[in-house]
Amino acid sequence: MSFLTVEQVSKAFGGNTVVDRVDLAIARGEFFALLGPSGCGKTTLLRMIAGFETPDGGAIRIDGAAMNALPPWQRPTNMVFQNYAIFPHLDVFDNIAYGLRKRKLPKQDLRTKVDAMLATVRLEGLGDRRADQLSGGQRQRVALARALVREPKLLLLDEPLGALDKRLREAMQVELRALQRQVGVTFLLVTHDQEEALSLADRVAVMEAGKILQVASPRELYARPNCRAVAGFIGEMNFFHATVRALDSDTATVNAGVLGVLILPRANLAPGIEAGQHILLAIRPEHVRFADTGVAGAIAAGTFLGERSHYHVTLANRAEPVAVSSATARGGAVHLAFPPEHLIGLPA
Amino acid sequence: MKKNPALLVYAFAYLAFLYVPVLFLPLFSFNDSRFISFPLTGFTTRWYRDLAADGAMLHALGNSLKAGAATALLSTLLGLLAAKAVTRYRLKATGAALGFISLPLFIPDIVLGISLLLLLGAVGLPQSLQAVVLGHLLVCVPFALTVLVARFEGFDRNLEEASADLGETGWMTFWRVTFPLVLPGICASLLLTFITSFDEFLVAYFLSGTEATLPVYIWGQLRFPERMPMVLALGALILAASVALVILAEVLRNRGMKRTRVGA
Repeated sequence: MSFLTVEQVSKAFGGNTVVDRVDLAIARGEFFALLGPSGCGKTTLLRMIAGFETPDGGAIRIDGAAMNALPPWQRPTNMVFQNYAIFPHLDVFDNIAYGLRKRKLPKQDLRTKVDAMLATVRLEGLGDRRADQLSGGQRQRVALARALVREPKLLLLDEPLGALDKRLREAMQVELRALQRQVGVTFLLVTHDQEEALSLADRVAVMEAGKILQVASPRELYARPNCRAVAGFIGEMNFFHATVRALDSDTATVNAGVLGVLILPRANLAPGIEAGQHILLAIRPEHVRFADTGVAGAIAAGTFLGERSHYHVTLANRAEPVAVSSATARGGAVHLAFPPEHLIGLPA
Repeated sequence: MKKNPALLVYAFAYLAFLYVPVLFLPLFSFNDSRFISFPLTGFTTRWYRDLAADGAMLHALGNSLKAGAATALLSTLLGLLAAKAVTRYRLKATGAALGFISLPLFIPDIVLGISLLLLLGAVGLPQSLQAVVLGHLLVCVPFALTVLVARFEGFDRNLEEASADLGETGWMTFWRVTFPLVLPGICASLLLTFITSFDEFLVAYFLSGTEATLPVYIWGQLRFPERMPMVLALGALILAASVALVILAEVLRNRGMKRTRVGA
């Protein structure tokens, strides 16, 4: 039984469909990421779960309870806004205590609770600071603390690290992951940064143009994208046009043009691909190897990246160079090998 | 950057043109002569003592303060509601509504005054201080709205959403977030509309009837030269109070700016 379920949820603004019949199921305690380019509808979906937008159709349930008719203040969710939305007229303590007013705690209990939360996000002793006296990273922690102190069933994070510089972002990624394990709350994070989604989340949903393309673990998304858009969005990928010649129970025989005829494991083809179908073969740059024999090409450009180097190799009869990531240094004419176990077949 | 002496002279001449006439008020209000002319003849506080003893003048002052306070409160309240509506909800007729509310700014006061007088006559209401307040509302609501819309637009909408997300209803969000953040705008609007009502003459002239406001009363006194120094004394006092109010308003505005910059 899923903890958060989104069923056939749609939303249009002025005739423009932003979220298109989306289904989603998230388990309790999961760290889930919605990944997609800006404008793909991920933030709108998040805002519908928080209650700031009303779905045009479909149902949102949290822990079995229907959410559609509830205003934001009655939902068991809390949100970390992209710009943090720290109340500028209140200090850090009062920002964090803001959502506890209704609980009518005795003053001492309130103080204990807020102080404990300040410690959790490592802001001890900063309770009397005003928002304009905080750094970007500190404001992000205040926003987290303010949401978590209410003990939500589901924490929603809208591009929470987007406003931070690269180094701080990397440090906060580690902290955010640790914090989620510590508090055990279900996290739903929205981001356009694939690295962030892959490093933080247990599972990732890739969204494009209002639809969810694939939901999988980061490892699986990387190794087994189910379509060209996902493959291209996550990491770098080489694509080759190909035609399926024959299928049997374990293998697929594929005519891949410049790569020749290849036999790959049947499991490497996306489900539903049939014999005779035109497909795309995809392979990651680190899986293409330099070899003594194979597909002939010439190195057009090379970038030294320390442990590995990144090359662009041009092939005869192919406009687009092949990206190759290799630990060995090369130059000039080369031969490339494309190990069949690393080639995956996607619908063209 | 090279300094242009001509510009400097111009700037000083302009400032002198603005403020020297105003400074004549306090100057002559302490002059021991009925006639407003140089040379000065001596220092006296007589005109201020006469002023304190002039019941009719004080009554007019009281009327102006009452009308000003009522106008300020009502127009700021109306402006607050309208500003919240046009900045927070996607309304179809926002542009038209703003235009119609602001229209009285572009109608000459004399037209407003006469037409309101006709209206009073048509519905059988007497000229009164209440009528003055209604007339001043027409003039002041656009000012209040302009000040408050700027204030509402200056702060982040996410703050109100964050409050709702943290468990507060619309009403409590207004009190705990919106109101404190627009408070400097509310103060500025109160001051601006009070001052506008306080020195408005034309509409008050047509609508006040027997309850003259201060500008209307002073205008009536101009026929009596011997009362002029007293009017000057009153003018000097009003000037002092206005300067104090403007400084207060600026201080409030600056404090407000500092606060809201944070939310962005």
